Amino acid sequence: MSNGTAHRTNKPSNSQVIKKLVLVVFAMFGFGFALVPLYDVFCDITGLNGKTNTVAALYTDDGIDTSRSVKVQFITRMAKGIPWQFEPVINEVSVHPGEMKFVNFYAKNISQYDIVGQAVPSVSPGLAAGYFQKIECFCFTQQPLKAGEEVKMGLQFYVDRELPVEINTLTLSYTLYDISGKENS
Amino acid sequence: MTTNTINESLDEVHHDEHHDHKMTGLKRWLFTTNHKDIGTLYLWFSFIMLLTGGALAMVIRAELFQPGLQIVEPDFFNQLTTVHGLIMVFGAIMPAFTGFANWMLPMMIGAPDMALPRMNNWSFWILPFAFAILISSFFMESGAPNFGWTFYAPLSTTYSNGSTAFFVFAVHIMGISSIMGAINIVVTIMNLRAPGMTYMKMPLFVWTFFIMAYLLIAVMPVLAGVVTMLLTDTYFGTSFFDAAGGGDPVMFQHIFWFFGHPEVYIMILPAFGIVSTIIPAFARKKLFGYSSMVYATASIALLSFIVWAHHMFTTGMPLFGELFFMYCTMLIAVPTGVKVFNWVATMWRGSMTFEIPMLFSIAFVILFTIGGFSGLMLALTPVDFQYHDTYFVVAHFHYVLVTGSLFSIYAGAYFWLPKWTGHMYSDTLSKWHFWCSLISVNLLFFPMHFLGLAGMPRRIPDYALQFADFNKWVSIGGFAFGLSQLIFLAVVIKCIRGGEKAPAKPWDGAEGLEWTVASPAPYHTFSTPPPINEDKH
Repeated sequence: MSNGTAHRTNKPSNSQVIKKLVLVVFAMFGFGFALVPLYDVFCDITGLNGKTNTVAALYTDDGIDTSRSVKVQFITRMAKGIPWQFEPVINEVSVHPGEMKFVNFYAKNISQYDIVGQAVPSVSPGLAAGYFQKIECFCFTQQPLKAGEEVKMGLQFYVDRELPVEINTLTLSYTLYDISGKENS
Repeated sequence: MTTNTINESLDEVHHDEHHDHKMTGLKRWLFTTNHKDIGTLYLWFSFIMLLTGGALAMVIRAELFQPGLQIVEPDFFNQLTTVHGLIMVFGAIMPAFTGFANWMLPMMIGAPDMALPRMNNWSFWILPFAFAILISSFFMESGAPNFGWTFYAPLSTTYSNGSTAFFVFAVHIMGISSIMGAINIVVTIMNLRAPGMTYMKMPLFVWTFFIMAYLLIAVMPVLAGVVTMLLTDTYFGTSFFDAAGGGDPVMFQHIFWFFGHPEVYIMILPAFGIVSTIIPAFARKKLFGYSSMVYATASIALLSFIVWAHHMFTTGMPLFGELFFMYCTMLIAVPTGVKVFNWVATMWRGSMTFEIPMLFSIAFVILFTIGGFSGLMLALTPVDFQYHDTYFVVAHFHYVLVTGSLFSIYAGAYFWLPKWTGHMYSDTLSKWHFWCSLISVNLLFFPMHFLGLAGMPRRIPDYALQFADFNKWVSIGGFAFGLSQLIFLAVVIKCIRGGEKAPAKPWDGAEGLEWTVASPAPYHTFSTPPPINEDKH
């Protein structure tokens, strides 16, 4: 391309260049959307965004590490516009890694309408999310509540023995969303 | 050179015989496919947008003149900051550079026009519609976008005031316009260079636009993608960024900044090109380190793809991620430093004179470097937690965008105005423009550093009392800077209407093919490619 005399003939035609560039444009548009699953995979591996397992984990009994204990705190949050009361029955438990625990959450629909709620969990620090294993969780299913109805919802979990030693407190946060009308069949 | 000029005027005669269907009046501008006409349209459009965005900034500064709420409601204040940012980025800076590309690229590489003239017309004429859509939302019940120019989800989805659809379509049109402009630039540079002009013989100006165009083609589609996700999240029930449906709002920031960081280089690389053209002309020396400049530009462009998360240090990232993005960001200082030192080395022992384009260029080098240094401070993860979302960030990006990009645009405009209009501009008025701008812009943005370090958050209509004095001075600087830009309007109008006749090459140190044609540049130039025989660089 740098040869002065052969210059004109060596160049690709305009339409060839345009085709390639338009292809890049569409590829990059697709890449933007490809980032969505890529991000999920990346977060799954690194625990970047504090997402926990969405299906029940199996409890493997390979002993309880009594040499240390981890504080697990529970917090709840209502997304904009859901008229429920939703709170942990106890705010904090101390567990040994490998030890199974069962805690309850309390929810009440204080509105006049039937509402379907969905709780979405998140663990902080995010890197600990992969070590927090839920065996049974109300967040695995949708929770319909009739007007004024109340319910106790259970969570059974254990903290993996492999949890890095520098982590001694985990915060599990549940955000409750109103998914009435959007629930999956 | 004289022969060239004669050839050109012969060309002109030859052309007028065949091309006397040149339209007049409004039709000329609507249907034009001439790169000079389209360049002019882009430049006027961007200046109008600069004044529009500036007017919004004036209201912002008036509100911030003293603590408390005086003039506007907080929600309207948010609309002002959002639309100010969008207009300045997509309406003022980017179209101005496309205007330069249209006017100058064909003349610099010895081409008769841009490679795709009809697309060129289209890419300009959809732009006013994009901004009409954006600005019209001010007059609607819901109001204009109020979620910041970065339109973070869920502010722009769940908590949107209803302006999201208008915003998204405006951004789509701006994106299509930019992509078409960029494709045109790449094809022109690849295929229309005069015989003998190899890539490494191209003026650096051409190189920087070449690389900028590639950046645009790579990241504007990602922006289009992310606003599309926003649109479907808001109106069609998808959950890309909604945790209730399994999405993640932080992912929005990742995708946005994957576009957003290359975008900031889209707005500064052409500035490097303009300044690299002007400094050698008035230092009367060749540009120091031409090839290192080319490689530095390319390295900055490549690095820009792997630094995006430095905008997101406070979102909670693993230590490794923070270190990676911090070091990559700091690495950008190396090629940028190469550029700054090359400009200084070009001036070193040069026979410098200080015409207006040179004054703006020197101001650019110094003030852009200040903006670069505050950028380096922001790159440091531990301290970024303090600076994040404060006025320090506002000071930083205004130093690189106003005293960086905008000053380079002024430098370029003053440099080529004689070529565009055929007249020399008023020396006195333009000096007033420069000195008023220089003083007021520093009064406007420098104290913002201290405000930010002291903890004043950005995007707030009211602030704590201890920030009152600095904000008063900042506002005074803001009003002065805003008014100073009207002097530029006066200079340009005066220059178009008349003035001392400009010679083909008004600056004796200037180099490049554009100076071999008459001033004002004939409607058609280089219908036959000029010979490239000088051994440049």
